[in-house]
Amino acid sequence: MSSQASSKNTWQEGGGMVQSRNEQVIGLAVRMTIVVIAILFALFPVFFIVLSAFNPAGTLRFTFDALANVTTDQLFANFDALVNNPSGLYPFWQWIRNSFIVAVTSTVLTVLVASLSAYSFSRFRFWGRRSLLLGVLLIQVFPNILAIVAIFLMMDQIKNLASAIPEALPFLAGIDWSWLSLFGLDSLGGLILIYLGGAMGVNVWLMKGFFDTIPREIDESAMVDGATHWQTFWMLIFPLVRPILAVVGVLAFIGTFNEFVMARLILRDKENWTLMVGLFNFINADFNRDWGKFAAGALLASIPVVAVYLSLQRQIVGGLTAGAVKG
Amino acid sequence: MAVVNPAVGAPKGAPTPKTSDNNLLLTIVKYVGLTVLNAFGLILVYTFLNQENIGLAVVSGIIVLGTNIITFVPGLAPLRWMLPGLALVVLLVLYPISYTLQTAFTNMGNLGDNPHPLPRGRAAAQIVRQGGVISSPEALEYSYNGYKNDAGQYAVLLTRELEDGTLEAVFATQGSLITLPEAPAEAPATLEGFTLMTDDQMRTERNQLQRIEDWGDGSIAVTITRRSATVGERFTLYEFNGTDTITNRETGAVYIADDATGFLVDIFVWTVTFSIASVILTFVFGLAMALVLNDPRLPGKFIIRSLLIIPYALPGVISIVVWRAMLNTNLGVVTDIAEGITGTRPQFLLDPWLAKFSILLVNTWLGYPYMMLVCSGALQAISSDVYEAAAVDGATSSQRFWRITLPLLLVAVGPLLIASFTFNFNNYLLIEALTFGDPPIPSSPVPAGYTDILISYTYSLAFGNDRGADYGYASAIAIVIFAIVAVVTLIQFRFTRQWEQVGENV
Repeated sequence: MSSQASSKNTWQEGGGMVQSRNEQVIGLAVRMTIVVIAILFALFPVFFIVLSAFNPAGTLRFTFDALANVTTDQLFANFDALVNNPSGLYPFWQWIRNSFIVAVTSTVLTVLVASLSAYSFSRFRFWGRRSLLLGVLLIQVFPNILAIVAIFLMMDQIKNLASAIPEALPFLAGIDWSWLSLFGLDSLGGLILIYLGGAMGVNVWLMKGFFDTIPREIDESAMVDGATHWQTFWMLIFPLVRPILAVVGVLAFIGTFNEFVMARLILRDKENWTLMVGLFNFINADFNRDWGKFAAGALLASIPVVAVYLSLQRQIVGGLTAGAVKG
Repeated sequence: MAVVNPAVGAPKGAPTPKTSDNNLLLTIVKYVGLTVLNAFGLILVYTFLNQENIGLAVVSGIIVLGTNIITFVPGLAPLRWMLPGLALVVLLVLYPISYTLQTAFTNMGNLGDNPHPLPRGRAAAQIVRQGGVISSPEALEYSYNGYKNDAGQYAVLLTRELEDGTLEAVFATQGSLITLPEAPAEAPATLEGFTLMTDDQMRTERNQLQRIEDWGDGSIAVTITRRSATVGERFTLYEFNGTDTITNRETGAVYIADDATGFLVDIFVWTVTFSIASVILTFVFGLAMALVLNDPRLPGKFIIRSLLIIPYALPGVISIVVWRAMLNTNLGVVTDIAEGITGTRPQFLLDPWLAKFSILLVNTWLGYPYMMLVCSGALQAISSDVYEAAAVDGATSSQRFWRITLPLLLVAVGPLLIASFTFNFNNYLLIEALTFGDPPIPSSPVPAGYTDILISYTYSLAFGNDRGADYGYASAIAIVIFAIVAVVTLIQFRFTRQWEQVGENV
């Protein structure tokens, strides 16, 4: 919310009544105590991750003793095992690479595709516009996990296309259809497609709101000067909303980077896993033994995400409430 | 929304699009692109028809045909902007929904290919098989590695940590069960003529391991699941009397054939309870913290707030898994602390009630920072005039909270609470990463857990490795969730007037 609102709001707790100095001090002390307890509650698991990440024994047990007399080398044993992967069991860098491919591609495409649709909704009046908008509003409320069975089966069918097409149309067997499996089950492309489809409704709705706030007179003056719709959009309007799109993009990036449920269902092969799937499988198979490596990986993965979140907290709150309050 | 005056905008019926016929290159690109798309579309439609996959044939047909129509009909120019978006929505949202609807009315799955209801005997046999071999309550839990020899026989190396922290290792084959004198820290590549299975092998052949019924000398059961192996005395969980009853050997419960539908109702009740409780808990804690922080004298507010929203900022999978570790019965630090306080060791993730409590605890931890942020914003938006007026009228501070702050806050935050309910209703990630839906309901004919919510139940019916793949039933439940989400959303739309916003044609 806006900062100007915050200053005028000293009333509700102070009560508009004059409090004695003692009461004020006690009140503040109580507040500080609650805050400290809440922070401890919030940070305790974080503390546990950090402790485990540096504990060379790699057990689940929460202990300081393990850290008391270890050398600096041992302190980074988990990170070392993770990053250098001497056993060849965990392609950690591959997972990070996959995560970035998926997150970057789906973010860029989502922003582009959704802003095109949103611009059209915002600027043109055409037959069926209202029904389509209602459709957008409706589909955004159903998370795609609800249709997970259908999506899974469809991805499987897309994967099979590579062999199904030559089977159905033998004269096309000379063409290499294997690229189709890059969009099916167990492929990053398939996962990107799923993310794109799932994000379309909410992003179109959100971006239409942004475009609506830009006065239409800007478009009209450009049109008078002979610009096409496309030129108006790409050279005038898009740069104007770019700051907001950047925030939407960063949030979409983090969302995809952190996504786990769909990724785990679609990505089967270890080489194809994203970071979150990889980390989860660390502990899924052999909970106790690989705990230290999981913690090290979790720490590495969390730091940038948390940093971005904290630096964007104001925009995040704005975005969180934007959908709910009629603008 | 008031910025744009519809009257100033383009007239209804759309402006005639500026044709780019002066740009030859663009036209060529357009036609070449369309030709390739149409050819590919025809190939896809034919291939899908050849596979008797009518659904995807229709979908590819619609996408290709729609693209052509939108490109060539001048009046549809505004839709050209939406082509990629529309195609994605048709393929990945609308088609999956309609396919789910369709699957819901079939018996599809890999349990029975029979589209008709199973005869009672076969159904009972299936229940006995699905109930599986269970081991006695004293069974020990091990982690395991799979082995295979050249003859195609399987073996497993079972390891577990003893109380004193050392490892115990048992090597189990069909016919023998050997405790290794010295437990290896890492599973050795070869053992007793067997070779360690690779991850790929484990993924594809785990079912083979699970299918072996006579590990060891036969009196002892090694039950292999996706996650662990248990070793103990063995018997099948269910016994079929040959006519119409099935007995659960663990609880002694007797089931008589009727038309009941399993534990769907229990799961539904827990889903709703869980969602409502999560919303209330996160809201109450979030509001409380927002009120505490809403004091100008409090120092370092930005830092405090940043620290407090870290649970919300952390990747969900990671923090949930960390909680699972902390709640672990043997080694978890929260269990240790609870033992220190109460004197007994609570089984947070194994006891049905404590597992439910744990889920709510973790979800509150995850969700209250969000509510705190939202409430802080909403609190600051409440005009101080109202409080001044209340103070003049002599309202006490509790009156001010209950009669002014809370009602005004609920108006602003209400829609978000409903959205939060919908989100939690489908919060699959939490359940999957924290409990897998466990502990299992022992008497359930279809594998279900005490902490399963509808969506996790759906997921494990369809994809749970050791639970078969019952796509039909899973889809039917998904349809129920669709309906519930739709109803809740309609209520939300009434709150936010988003519906009317569409109608205003702004």
